[in-house]
Amino acid sequence: MSQYYTATDHFVLLPAILLALFGCATLLFDFLIFPEAKQRRWLLVFLVLGEAFAGVAFWRQQSFLLEHGGNLTAFRGALVIDHYALFFHWLFLAATLITGLISYRYLEVRDEHHGEYYGLLMLAQTGMYFLASGTELVTLFVGLETMAITFYILVGFLRADRRSNEAALKYLILGSLSSGFLVYGFSVLYGISGSTRLSEIAAAVAARDAWDPVLVLAVGTAGAGLMFKIAAAPFHMWAPDAYEGAPTMITGYLATASKAASFALLLRLFVGPLGPARESWEPLLAAVAVLSMTIGNLAAVTQTNTKRLLAYSSISHAGYILLGLVAGSPTGIKGVLVYLLVYTFMTLGAFLVLTSLARQGMAGDDINDLRGLMKRAPGHALWMLVFMVSLAGIPPTAGFLGKFYIFWGLIETGHYTLAVIGAVYAVVAIYYYFRIVKAVFVEPEEAEAGPLTVSLGTRVGLAVTGALTLLVGVYPEPVLRLAQMSISR
Amino acid sequence: MLAPVTTAHYLVLSAILLLIGVVGILTRRNVIVLMMSIEIILNAVNVNLIAFARNLDQLEGQVFAIFVICVAVAEAAVGLGILIALFRNKETVQVDEIDLLKW
Repeated sequence: MSQYYTATDHFVLLPAILLALFGCATLLFDFLIFPEAKQRRWLLVFLVLGEAFAGVAFWRQQSFLLEHGGNLTAFRGALVIDHYALFFHWLFLAATLITGLISYRYLEVRDEHHGEYYGLLMLAQTGMYFLASGTELVTLFVGLETMAITFYILVGFLRADRRSNEAALKYLILGSLSSGFLVYGFSVLYGISGSTRLSEIAAAVAARDAWDPVLVLAVGTAGAGLMFKIAAAPFHMWAPDAYEGAPTMITGYLATASKAASFALLLRLFVGPLGPARESWEPLLAAVAVLSMTIGNLAAVTQTNTKRLLAYSSISHAGYILLGLVAGSPTGIKGVLVYLLVYTFMTLGAFLVLTSLARQGMAGDDINDLRGLMKRAPGHALWMLVFMVSLAGIPPTAGFLGKFYIFWGLIETGHYTLAVIGAVYAVVAIYYYFRIVKAVFVEPEEAEAGPLTVSLGTRVGLAVTGALTLLVGVYPEPVLRLAQMSISR
Repeated sequence: MLAPVTTAHYLVLSAILLLIGVVGILTRRNVIVLMMSIEIILNAVNVNLIAFARNLDQLEGQVFAIFVICVAVAEAAVGLGILIALFRNKETVQVDEIDLLKW
């Protein structure tokens, strides 16, 4: 350990090192050690092991923070471990693990089971680690791109499927365009502050007028890039296509972990260094949020493809989460974190049910594929009901809790119009979520529908996401305490 | 006698490059040209970073630019890989003909 790599640096960076190491080891084992394709399925074990080791490292960081209080900064302020970062790290860990577990059977029936899949999942999580923990522009940018480039590959993972190829290409073009915008904004921020550290940028931004044209340029370009990443309207065009073409559980991963990671960066930037310029970005964010809710909710009504429907629903959810940032009060920010947590579990759960509909040569993503699910698999059907009720935001499920805190934050800060608009669109959303419920429970079964592709991983994943969606709704205390702890610095 | 080239000149150049890149993405239909437009955008960022680093007499901006170049390379490599996978199935690089999903 030298002055360039201290013990603290190591302690903070360890989870990312472990994840990257296991990710790369998976890639190496894939073609060096396992000559036969059949054996490579066991690389799932690497994912479970890697996540277990990373989990232990996060746990040690967590107990250190609880014991000593304060934050851990490393690499001269390039990385930080605080409760806020850890909140997201646990979220990413859970999402990655569940995605990996449910992928097994899906990849099998689509004839695309390759070992590198599990390695890519871990490398994506490494990128997310830097998004939640980074406090320096270069670190944040490289972390974002590590995540994004891995996702381009994962979206196009069904190499023989033209829809998957197309989705990957569209995601890549628009994704790199948005990264270009974001890093342009970063370069201007560097220019006005002379430093890439967020703490020093904060001082430079605070010294300027909120309507300073250079600052507006930086906030505008960086903000536009981030809106792309969280799929908020009018930068949402890639989302329905990428969601439809991607392998189903990658769609779920993209809609949850990737979105949560981008929100982690968004909150860090906009609440932290860009906070003093709130006057200039608040109306813009409010407009983006309202537009996202409008486009997401209205376009979802007419969709016949379940993945596309959920894509538009995720656009509208991005709008709701942004409203929490518009409110900006501690309640609003707490609402953002709670919303992201419950959104991750209910959306992952919904995609999990869709994943088990896949059969040889077909994705099972048409809304008609859900017909008669109640007769074919009552367990899946009932969990689907829970997820849909929760996505619609009806109590006593977790989805209600997220919306409740967002609306509370809005009313507390006097944004009554926004709260009313959000509530009205929540009613519209009930219609299209219950179209899915209707297909599952009321409509007759398709004649040629075969059995569901269910594995142990699917069962575990369903039980975890479903139980959390219900539990958090009924007994929200621990989640609220966690969110409260994350925002108090 | 020409006026000396200042940081402001470089910033204008960078803004023009960004504009060219964005217009390229919005109007061109060939995927290869789209990827070239993305490279132009990232190079606009690099011009910005280097100009600021020179103006501030620092190294950070130059280091940032090197990272941006690395990322651009990785992105292009993955992009071309995806394009080849698509070309095998579809035999086209024109965006208009890549229309299985509603664009």
